[in-house]
Amino acid sequence: MSLLEVNNLRVNFTTRMGVNKAVDDISFSVESGKITAIIGESGSGKSVACYSLLGLIPQPPGSIEGGTALFEGSDLLQMSERELRAVRGRDIAMIFQDPMTCLNPHMTIGQQLIEPLVYHKKVPTADARARAVELLEEVGIRDPQSTIDDYPHQFSGGMRQRVMIAMALINEPKLLIADEPTTALDVTIQAQILKLIANLQSKRDIGVIFISHDLAVVADIADEIVVMQNGVIVERGNREGIFHNARHPYTQKLLSAIPSGTKQTNEEDRDPFIAVRNLCTWFGQGKNNPPNKAVNNVSFNIERGEVLGLVGESGSGKSTIGRSLLRLVQVTSGSVAFDDTDVTALQGRDLKNMRRRMQMIFQDPYASLNPRMSVYDTLAEPLLLHGIENKASVEQGVLKLMDDVGLARGFVRKYPHEFSGGQRQRIAIGRALATRPEFIVADEPVSALDVTIQAQILDLMHDLGEEYGLTMLFVSHDLAVVRHIADRIIVLYKGEIVEQGSPDELFNRPQEDYTQRLLESIPGRTVLV
Amino acid sequence: MWRFISIRLLQAIPVILAVITVTFFLVRVAPGGPFDSEKAVIPEVKAALEAQYRLDLPLYQQYVAYLGDLAQGELGPSFKYPGRSVNELIGAGLPVTAELGLYALFVALCLGGVAGVIAALKPNTPQDYIPMSAAMIGICMPTFLLGPLLVLLFGIHLDWLPVSGWGDIPGDKILPSFTLGAAYAAYIARLGRAGMLEVMSQDYIRTARAKGLPQWQVVIKHALRGGMIPVVSFLGPAFAGLLAGSFVVETIFQIPGLGRFYVQAAFNRDYTMILGTTVFLSTLIVLFNLLSDILAAWMNPRLRAQYGSD
Amino acid sequence: MTAETTITDISMAEHGTSLWQDAWVRLCKNRMALFGLAVLSLFVIVALLTPWIAPYSYETQDLQLGAAPPSAQHWLGTDIFGRDLLTQIMYGGRISLAVGFVATAVALLIGVTWGAIAGYAGGRVDAVMMRLVDILYALPFMIFIVLLMVVFGRNLLLLFLAIGAVEWLTMARIMRGQIQGLRQQEFVEAAVSLGLPPSTIIRRHLIPNALGPIIVYTTLTIPNVMLLEAFLSFLGLGIQPPQTSWGLLISYGAETMEEFPWLLIFPGAALTLTLFALNFLGDGLRDALDVRSSKD
Repeated sequence: MSLLEVNNLRVNFTTRMGVNKAVDDISFSVESGKITAIIGESGSGKSVACYSLLGLIPQPPGSIEGGTALFEGSDLLQMSERELRAVRGRDIAMIFQDPMTCLNPHMTIGQQLIEPLVYHKKVPTADARARAVELLEEVGIRDPQSTIDDYPHQFSGGMRQRVMIAMALINEPKLLIADEPTTALDVTIQAQILKLIANLQSKRDIGVIFISHDLAVVADIADEIVVMQNGVIVERGNREGIFHNARHPYTQKLLSAIPSGTKQTNEEDRDPFIAVRNLCTWFGQGKNNPPNKAVNNVSFNIERGEVLGLVGESGSGKSTIGRSLLRLVQVTSGSVAFDDTDVTALQGRDLKNMRRRMQMIFQDPYASLNPRMSVYDTLAEPLLLHGIENKASVEQGVLKLMDDVGLARGFVRKYPHEFSGGQRQRIAIGRALATRPEFIVADEPVSALDVTIQAQILDLMHDLGEEYGLTMLFVSHDLAVVRHIADRIIVLYKGEIVEQGSPDELFNRPQEDYTQRLLESIPGRTVLV
Repeated sequence: MWRFISIRLLQAIPVILAVITVTFFLVRVAPGGPFDSEKAVIPEVKAALEAQYRLDLPLYQQYVAYLGDLAQGELGPSFKYPGRSVNELIGAGLPVTAELGLYALFVALCLGGVAGVIAALKPNTPQDYIPMSAAMIGICMPTFLLGPLLVLLFGIHLDWLPVSGWGDIPGDKILPSFTLGAAYAAYIARLGRAGMLEVMSQDYIRTARAKGLPQWQVVIKHALRGGMIPVVSFLGPAFAGLLAGSFVVETIFQIPGLGRFYVQAAFNRDYTMILGTTVFLSTLIVLFNLLSDILAAWMNPRLRAQYGSD
Repeated sequence: MTAETTITDISMAEHGTSLWQDAWVRLCKNRMALFGLAVLSLFVIVALLTPWIAPYSYETQDLQLGAAPPSAQHWLGTDIFGRDLLTQIMYGGRISLAVGFVATAVALLIGVTWGAIAGYAGGRVDAVMMRLVDILYALPFMIFIVLLMVVFGRNLLLLFLAIGAVEWLTMARIMRGQIQGLRQQEFVEAAVSLGLPPSTIIRRHLIPNALGPIIVYTTLTIPNVMLLEAFLSFLGLGIQPPQTSWGLLISYGAETMEEFPWLLIFPGAALTLTLFALNFLGDGLRDALDVRSSKD
């Protein structure tokens, strides 16, 4: 008998727009000692399916319309709230996506850790605490005796996720549901957490449901993979089957969306175009506080027509470099020569003219568009500002831009909130291209998007780059994405350059330990490479 | 934490000093001297009186002398009640007003806090609408209207409760306390509801539920602390409001408290009394703001740690 | 959404719904807010037209009649001097509403300008400007207004200024918080990198997005101001005869409520109804414009 057997589960959400079949007749099972991955994009119903098993979806608007979920033979969906509570946190535990918000900021981690043990098993507080310390040690928290009395804000994101895992395991559950447990983490931390979950799972022989939007993440650890789209299961199989013999077109699309392979570099001679010398950008120079050296003494060249990848974890200063080049933050010292003009010294009209030549594409397509301006207003603004089109021709200019970025012309008078994330990013790209720039800084342009959309946007940027002859600085935390698009890669760590080279050199012959670590953290290497 | 408290205390000093200075000069430049009303005062008597109240000195010397008095806790003599000092009058009125304010605060916290939490637990149901409609009435019904209406209903029409005095007849404290507390109960209910709703939608509440804790434990152990922070921050401003409310309530119910003294002093143009009471009340308000800030900061572990590292 | 690729002219494209239109639709679905808007509009119109539509002139007395309960001649009764209460309430409403709107406008003007400058300038300018606001915030203003009214006499203009001077502080904090938050948004960064001048950025990108909370808070400030005026008038420190306001009428009504309860109840109802209307409208706007409840 399976540990968990879900049959014909259906969950509806009733909204103002009507009834949404979030989960539509799905069946799957989870075995003890196995990791079952449920893969799908946001809105595919993967999380709703698992939350509804434990009565954790808000009802209304959600409602469970039918199906059974046999956990060790008894149906979770038929249980009363009281019976469910006895299962939650005791036999079935959960880990959530964002460790920053999932721990109560007002309680010490110790208080939160022992709660399930004290509540479900009536263990005396002192014993529970001892158990918590052991478990913290096991999940890799240093010095648990003293850190157990710290508050969540005193831990880093990765450490908090370890605390969450310890909290989930403290009652030795039989089933662990992990909902995107590594999505909010840096890539090296992600690798550590994935390894930890796999280790703990095999040691305890428990069943795990691993929910993720990213096939690559589960490539190394999943035994069974279930692929969901729009509330239904489109394909299921073991790891080998999914990665090597995917049948459903959607699964194939997900697989092909995993960035892989290297861009072919042309070995032509290029002009030096942008020269960055000894760039320092420091923040918060107070009287007593030492400044935060976000970018420290960085020098590099970007050649005309080149796509330079800038890779590093959060806090490495990669975004600050991009913003420094565009004068969006104040540079502390050093120079940025753009086509032989020092950008850091420009003022007034010269600066405005320079801004026309260099543009930026931002990470969050929800924040990078003014919510009160229609697509037309957004795109017409730069066209008119720089006199690229006049009042009479601006309409055609806007429509042309929409064609270029692959947006239907009929959307021209819509507002940002009426578009999906991918469509918004297209608008943002259109705005950046409107000034006919020569150089574009793309700051994590795809990391907020679903994987299949990521691939589309990367393709679009690649094509437009060729068409417009753009030079690009592509900033990302994701080596795989950068490898896909960049001609050359710079690896940053704590504001300084660690290593640079062509993608081939970096991937096959990394010189520095840090680069090596980054490479090892790329999920799915074993299956994909 | 101590650093936070001492920083905030230091910040309070210029505020209090500013209050004293502004009040002092405002009162001194006010048109009409305190003895203008008493006609035909013999010039010698007037001069003697002015010397007694230091009105013959240049303004800045009066100010310095006043500061000196204040430093010794001396608020000066009353213009209107010769022979009585502002200290005495405050000493007589303060206990009454403090008691009234305390009861009102108790009413506000109990009624408002409970109503807010209850409403937040089942938003958009009758359990939410009923207390929140009551709160809306509380906000739109000013104290000086609610007081007379309550008197009319419970005091005169139903004849259940006494309608004036303080501590003379049993039960005479009920109506004033409720009148003063009602509006703040309403504010607290709305703040508490908003705070609780915000907290209850946090991810860590879902974590607590995923642990299998029953609803009441989730609310009391995990949600209440965060949800009540806005209420605690509101206590400072609420205190200032209660003091101002006491002017009205003490007038309506004829309670011999500080508020009524203040209003009477304002009518009588008893300048030293106004000056002294303003300085005293202002200091009290500044200190209470401080207290509620400290309490709110202490409830936030991140702030507590930030200032507690030394 | 249908999208024709053959569109050659933007007028052929379907209109989108802007956030303002969205908010209006949501507001129209909120019955209490609409009720508030209707009541408020009615009161404002009546206040504007009072000199022409009031049933009696403001000064008319009928000492022989004295205080009479509501009747066909005097719908809301008369006061002890035989003056028509409805007329009194209409004239009082003019003053009460005027104080509410004018003092709020004063607060709006000072607060929004102050907050916008502090938020946009940032750095040391911001620190100094907001420090000042913090200090003023700690001052016990309620007591100060009482003091001002005592010292300078009960002057309507002074009342506007004094109340406006108190309420602008919160407005400044909200505006500054908005501008600061918006400045960190990527779309403002994008506007900077397009090369737009600061004036255009403020006008097109910052103000329209900061407007929602300001509208909501303005709507909720008016009832506070009206309460403050009524409070002062009740104590005898606000509006003075021969002028009148709802606060003053309530204060007279409270003195004689045992014999003539209508003198308390009708002015009280007028004030409470207005406050209800404004608060419902404010809450409705808050939901419609999707403004979070935090104040700074």
